[in-house]
Amino acid sequence: MIYFDNAATSWPKPPGVAEAMVHFLNEVGANPGRAAHRRAIASGRILYDARETVGELFHAPDPLRLVFGKNVTEALNLALRGLLRPGDHVITSSVEHNSMMRPLRALERQSEPCSGSVQVTVVECSPQGVLDPADVEAAIQPDTKLVALNHASNVVGTLLPVAEVGAICRERDLLLLVDAAQTGGAYPIDVQADQIDLLAFTGHKSLGGPMGTGGLIMGQRVDEAQIEPLVRGGTGSRSEHEVQPDFLPDMYESGTPNVVGLAGLQVGACWVLERSVEAIRAHEVALAQALINGLRAIPSVTVYGTLDAELQTSTVSFNIAGMAPSEVGLRLDDEYGIMCRVGLHCAPTAHKTIGTFPDGTVRFGLSAFNTIDEVKTALVAVETLAQEAR
Amino acid sequence: MTPGEYTVVLFHSTSYAIRAEKVLHKAGIPSKMIPVPRHLSSDCGVCVRIERADREAARQTLEAAGVELEDVHDLADCSNP
Repeated sequence: MIYFDNAATSWPKPPGVAEAMVHFLNEVGANPGRAAHRRAIASGRILYDARETVGELFHAPDPLRLVFGKNVTEALNLALRGLLRPGDHVITSSVEHNSMMRPLRALERQSEPCSGSVQVTVVECSPQGVLDPADVEAAIQPDTKLVALNHASNVVGTLLPVAEVGAICRERDLLLLVDAAQTGGAYPIDVQADQIDLLAFTGHKSLGGPMGTGGLIMGQRVDEAQIEPLVRGGTGSRSEHEVQPDFLPDMYESGTPNVVGLAGLQVGACWVLERSVEAIRAHEVALAQALINGLRAIPSVTVYGTLDAELQTSTVSFNIAGMAPSEVGLRLDDEYGIMCRVGLHCAPTAHKTIGTFPDGTVRFGLSAFNTIDEVKTALVAVETLAQEAR
Repeated sequence: MTPGEYTVVLFHSTSYAIRAEKVLHKAGIPSKMIPVPRHLSSDCGVCVRIERADREAARQTLEAAGVELEDVHDLADCSNP
């Protein structure tokens, strides 16, 4: 059995992740930040440690400017819906996931009588998914407030030049929001050096945590007074007031947090830090290049993207001529025990960009836990299917 | 100064208190997290209790580490005679 669906969610999780979650449920169990008994404090410490570890991974200087939520989608919604007002202009790319595109399209439709609506410019990437920073700069208008980019396409894995765009944003006094769903824990990210103002991350992919964990890191240039919370409610702080606290992270973390999940994320993120993102990246680059080369060597297989593993994540999209992606996926699972994802991957504009809309692609998403032997086995399976399709 | 004379440091929320506890521990200043005394705040959270003798050292350590405090209060002597 080969698990190649890590771009959707990683499996297996690093050793100790499940154990930390079981430990929390059995031995800690209390609500953090509410009561002051020993277990409530132990729970609060787990939450804090997770904040600190994940913050360290992204070189965030202040762990209290890291807001946890249930996933990267929620984090992107918080950033976009919290920050953008009618009349604001935002620039995004043509390889965005629907987690970015749908909230933007919704904001675009919400019109105010005087100030109009949020305006969205989608900068086209090349058919390989490459974004030219100069195209972003050319799209800047006087009313541009934000540039919102996927760090890497979830379809073809192509990395976007976020640091270069970050430099442009600083120069033009714009904020940069980055969706790190596909890169957090698998590709080095330094929110300070890369000049990322808002980093949305998920816990359940390369950070090794469970589903239901994610969040948003807010840089020093971000004024939290300008970002409306998505949800308001109990925070355990300022209980005497009926209005939402105005300080981080409480103002965006209403309701009981997912400490059982964050206990797992804490261990997953520690595992990534111990191995180092650079070492994980080197392993994945080697696997991805072997996969790309092997697929390209099969006649009738088309591989999408830059074909250079250094320019992308370890997610590789391809098609077999004469066989629909859905059939390839079914047969890989049924006949070879290879699990992957086929279709549009929640990113229709990305598929339009690479020319695979509406049929989509077959996507192999590799992780730190995959091996070269698994890649070789999968290549034999794809070759066999490709021969049959001819 | 007799043992049992305490000062409490109040924060915006538990996350700040935990951060303060870590910073104080690193600086070798003993501390304990306790519920916020009712007469100081109606909040349901925790605060950090330190020896009164450590008050200024703690304040400086926390300020140097950039941990935002809400308030610092000396507690009445709660040692058992």
